[in-house]
Amino acid sequence: MDFSALNPVSLMVSLIIAATPILLAAVGELVVEKSGVLNLGVEGMMIIGAIAGFAISVETGNPWIGMLAAMFAGAILALIFGFMTQFLMSNQVATGLALTLFGLGMAALLGQSYTGMKPPSTPHLNIPVLSDLPVVGSILFSHDPMIYMSIALVTGVWYFLNRTRGGLVLRAVGENHDAAHSLGYNVVLIRMGAIAFGGACAGLGGAYLSLVRVPQWTEGMTAGAGWIALAIVVFASWKPWRLILGAYLFGGVTILQLNLQALGIGISAAYLSMTPYLITIIVMVIISADRRRASMNAPASLGRIFHASH
Amino acid sequence: MLRLEPRQQASSTMRWLTPILAVAITMVMGGFLFAAMGKDPFEAIKIIFLDPFFHETFGPYSRSQLMVKAGPLILIATGLSIGFRAGVWNIGAEGQFVMGAIAGGAVGLALYPAEGIWVLPLMTIAGALGGMAWAMIPAFLKIKFNTNEILVSLMLVYVAYNFLAAMVTGPLKSPDGFGFPESRSFTSVDSTHLPMIYEPLGMHAGVMVALALVIAAYVMMERHLLGFQIRLTGESPRAAKFAGVNPAIIVAVTLGISGALAGMAGLFEVTGPAGKLTTNFPVGYGFTAIIVAFLGRLNPIGIVLAGLLMALTYIGGELAQLSLGIPAAAISVFQGMMLFFLLAVDVFVNYRLVWKKEVK
Amino acid sequence: MKKTLLEIKGLSKSYPGVKANDNISFTIQEGEIHALLGENGAGKSTLVKMIYGLVHPDEGDMLLHGEHYMPHKPSEARNLGVGMVFQHFSLFEALNVAENIILGMEETIPRAELNAKIIEVSNEYGLPLDPNRLIGDLSVGERQRVEIVRCLLQNPQLLIMDEPTSVLTPQEVEILFKTLRKLSSEGVAILYISHKLDEIKALCDHATVLRMGKVVDTCIPAEETARSMAEMMIGGELSMPTAREFTPGKTLLHLESLTLESLDPFGTSLANVSLELRAGEVMGVAGVAGNGQDELLLALSGERPTDAGMVKLSGVEIGGMGPTTRRALGLLAAPEERLGHAAAPDMSLKENAYLSARVRQGLTKSGFTLFGKRDDFAREIVEQFDVRTPGIDNAARSLSGGNLQKFVIGREVLQKPTVLVVNQPTWGVDAAAAADIREALRELAANGAAVLVISQDLDELMEMSDTFAVLAEGRMSEPRPAAGMTVEQIGLMMGGNLEESANA
Repeated sequence: MDFSALNPVSLMVSLIIAATPILLAAVGELVVEKSGVLNLGVEGMMIIGAIAGFAISVETGNPWIGMLAAMFAGAILALIFGFMTQFLMSNQVATGLALTLFGLGMAALLGQSYTGMKPPSTPHLNIPVLSDLPVVGSILFSHDPMIYMSIALVTGVWYFLNRTRGGLVLRAVGENHDAAHSLGYNVVLIRMGAIAFGGACAGLGGAYLSLVRVPQWTEGMTAGAGWIALAIVVFASWKPWRLILGAYLFGGVTILQLNLQALGIGISAAYLSMTPYLITIIVMVIISADRRRASMNAPASLGRIFHASH
Repeated sequence: MLRLEPRQQASSTMRWLTPILAVAITMVMGGFLFAAMGKDPFEAIKIIFLDPFFHETFGPYSRSQLMVKAGPLILIATGLSIGFRAGVWNIGAEGQFVMGAIAGGAVGLALYPAEGIWVLPLMTIAGALGGMAWAMIPAFLKIKFNTNEILVSLMLVYVAYNFLAAMVTGPLKSPDGFGFPESRSFTSVDSTHLPMIYEPLGMHAGVMVALALVIAAYVMMERHLLGFQIRLTGESPRAAKFAGVNPAIIVAVTLGISGALAGMAGLFEVTGPAGKLTTNFPVGYGFTAIIVAFLGRLNPIGIVLAGLLMALTYIGGELAQLSLGIPAAAISVFQGMMLFFLLAVDVFVNYRLVWKKEVK
Repeated sequence: MKKTLLEIKGLSKSYPGVKANDNISFTIQEGEIHALLGENGAGKSTLVKMIYGLVHPDEGDMLLHGEHYMPHKPSEARNLGVGMVFQHFSLFEALNVAENIILGMEETIPRAELNAKIIEVSNEYGLPLDPNRLIGDLSVGERQRVEIVRCLLQNPQLLIMDEPTSVLTPQEVEILFKTLRKLSSEGVAILYISHKLDEIKALCDHATVLRMGKVVDTCIPAEETARSMAEMMIGGELSMPTAREFTPGKTLLHLESLTLESLDPFGTSLANVSLELRAGEVMGVAGVAGNGQDELLLALSGERPTDAGMVKLSGVEIGGMGPTTRRALGLLAAPEERLGHAAAPDMSLKENAYLSARVRQGLTKSGFTLFGKRDDFAREIVEQFDVRTPGIDNAARSLSGGNLQKFVIGREVLQKPTVLVVNQPTWGVDAAAAADIREALRELAANGAAVLVISQDLDELMEMSDTFAVLAEGRMSEPRPAAGMTVEQIGLMMGGNLEESANA
């Protein structure tokens, strides 16, 4: 076995790239869940974003327009979910599942003619001097802009939730929708906004997957990334900063097992491929085992149906 | 202003009407979808829903596929519905399906080339136990650590996929398979070949078992104390505690049953229609069964009808693929839409639309 | 002469099937503490929700400072100087005090300034608060302070308080009253909703009495007696307890230092509750809600097991047993919350009958339900307890509160329990149904069973109890014979003043 082939710098770089789609989707879902809504359709919105972003980028030749399209597509799908759960009061778990099943099918349908194509490449940051620094330069200063965007998004969400009145209202709605209603806040409208934001983030995460991480379109390419994003929200105890930790941990495990597979260390590739999912289960167990803390952090109205009685 | 007003009690008429309504809306919207793809919508709907029965050339084969496809869907959905009614969300039936096929298949391969009618029943038991064991992981974690069963059961689907890959490239790889990642054929040996009971409708032994289990599930849910406790837990967890129901037992029982049925379905699939274990063996029955369960109103009888309908869309979809070039993905969109519209129109079960004056 | 602050003119509001408010008119002066008095369901909550902009009246008008006032949402009401403290607080447990206060305010103040203001105002009115503490960590009394301070920071002219003392300890009530008097002296009017007569007598300048959605009387509480106001409220003569024939049999239920920690953040843990309940006895347990009543019921029904020896039924230690075993042994219970605890809302009456009667009525055979027997039992409940319903196939939630309560009580009574425990048996139930329920419980005791009635309704307890005890802050007073007790004694006991009442 030759571990010297594992270059820590390039490992680090690929770790960040592997983590980013999940981080994007997770930060959106965090906002949704903070408003008291459980949208299990992340996987479906991600894959719709992946194909929408890919197709529009190919057609326009511009990856940024593609990413905008992906956000739009994700938000549209999310709003269907929002309409059904907030106005038609459908069960959130079932509707989220429906969204995933529908999204997977829809993406496969839309992607028929895009299989095997190459997307236009996304430019990388190139800051004179900084990007050329050894080690630090490649880890910190030479990524594509979306990576910085994802970190900025987490920061922004943290700031919004904890430092602004709007964020406070959103958290209040997720905490106790009846009380928020009696104080005069429009629960349904606030939740619709959060749901749309979550959809846009998931769509963007999907587009990052098909445009940067892979980069190409294959059917079912999200391979559970949306579900892992959901798990990471639980892992992060609904705290934005911890999402980064969770996503990068997942990215690390993914990259490590991929590199180990490439090295051919004698463990079947299939067993190594299981590890990200197993790690996800293990961290969820650790977090939820502390019932008191888990129930303290979870938004108290999460998943409950709201119907204003007056 | 139009408003939704809660009904005094759930409308039982609507409960049965909404699935039919959802199918009708799906046909209309599906028609638009096909039209958008440049296909004749009426032709497409006719091919999907009628040709499998009546087409001169394809009809006989299609009819024989109906139960073959519906069988696993009905079996899995029956198990899932029991959990859903208790508010236990097992969405990893796909993984339990795979693990059942592996466990049962492994028993068959270990006994190879044993002859005897006891081999298949033994494999079936192993398949059920394999699926059950896989489902008991989220059950155990939920009871012991309060871990969300939705995410765990779903994660375990991907683990199961990879485990299948490990098995067919490793211990279960066929020694005579020229290195292909697949197991020995189960259908080439009589003792491991699922017998066909009635060819024209595709009734293999697994379908018979599935139908028997549907009846058993119905009896349990409607007539037995355990079924009552399961329903009560889903309806009102606190009333269930007042009635003396232990929620941990309900979680374990419902996940266990749904896992066992999914595992059994996997075993029937691998010893019948699929014939051998390969990485392409799972085709998403475990996920489609979720749609079947809801469309069938989480009721065993409804599930049989919904399973047949869903099988029809698979078979009709293949025909539409052949004759109109409608891609298979359009059929999964079609199936996804059905669940969507069902959940949307379901609002009328518990609410009614009323016209209300706004007071200034 | 003080100026008129709010004038209410002919407000009416109907909900499907009920006229919650019918042509209500009265006025509130500046700086006045005005009581709104009435039984549960008299329409008090609907009225104040209209004043606060949460509910819109079907008819009528309001004037604030002589100008048309009809808020469409609470923020409008708040802007015009009308604040409200809810009975079920509109607070967010996972947020801190300052955040909760911001949510109820219109303008945004920098956090540091707000914190300083919270500390200042809360201290000024004797309600000290730490702005950075989580609501989840506060006591019920402290939570109410948050609601009050939230209103005070907006310099209200009218403060609506919906049953503010039902969740407070006597000490907290004292503090609250001081605050309210201080506010009143500063010119703030207070609309004080309660059905507690002593409080109203002690605190309020005027009272408007509601019954069945209508204003039936007005009075000056200081000039009335608790009894005369009670009679206005219920619209009839208040009967005082009379000595009853009661020969206690052997002890059936024995609680020995029953201790149970509450799982509900709003709940109260039980501490060393002891009592002996004898055959033929109806024991009334009085107390304001949230003093351990729910916990007591859960400990007795078996939903929350305790140490085996803490609960004994006819000498058998059953503290560790679950509901099913307890039922088999003869201890039955009817919880307060009809829908979602005593009964499953969407299940039929047949299935709800089966829910708790399965064991004693033998409704299963080797696990399978005996449908005929089950349906017969459900029908028997409906007939014997006059439950108004189209049929036993109807869902529990389709029944009115009174009818469902008759069903729930009937279900337990007809199982011929040795001991029956009921929590708030007539809460929100119409008078006729309430009388039937009380009669059924009395009769059960007359036939040799023991009945424990947990209730907030003193009149009810006085009417039906042989012995009387009070549950306050999770502790139980020594039970005493009900006959010959005075309202003063009971009042003192309910205030948690257990020692003093023993000497009274």
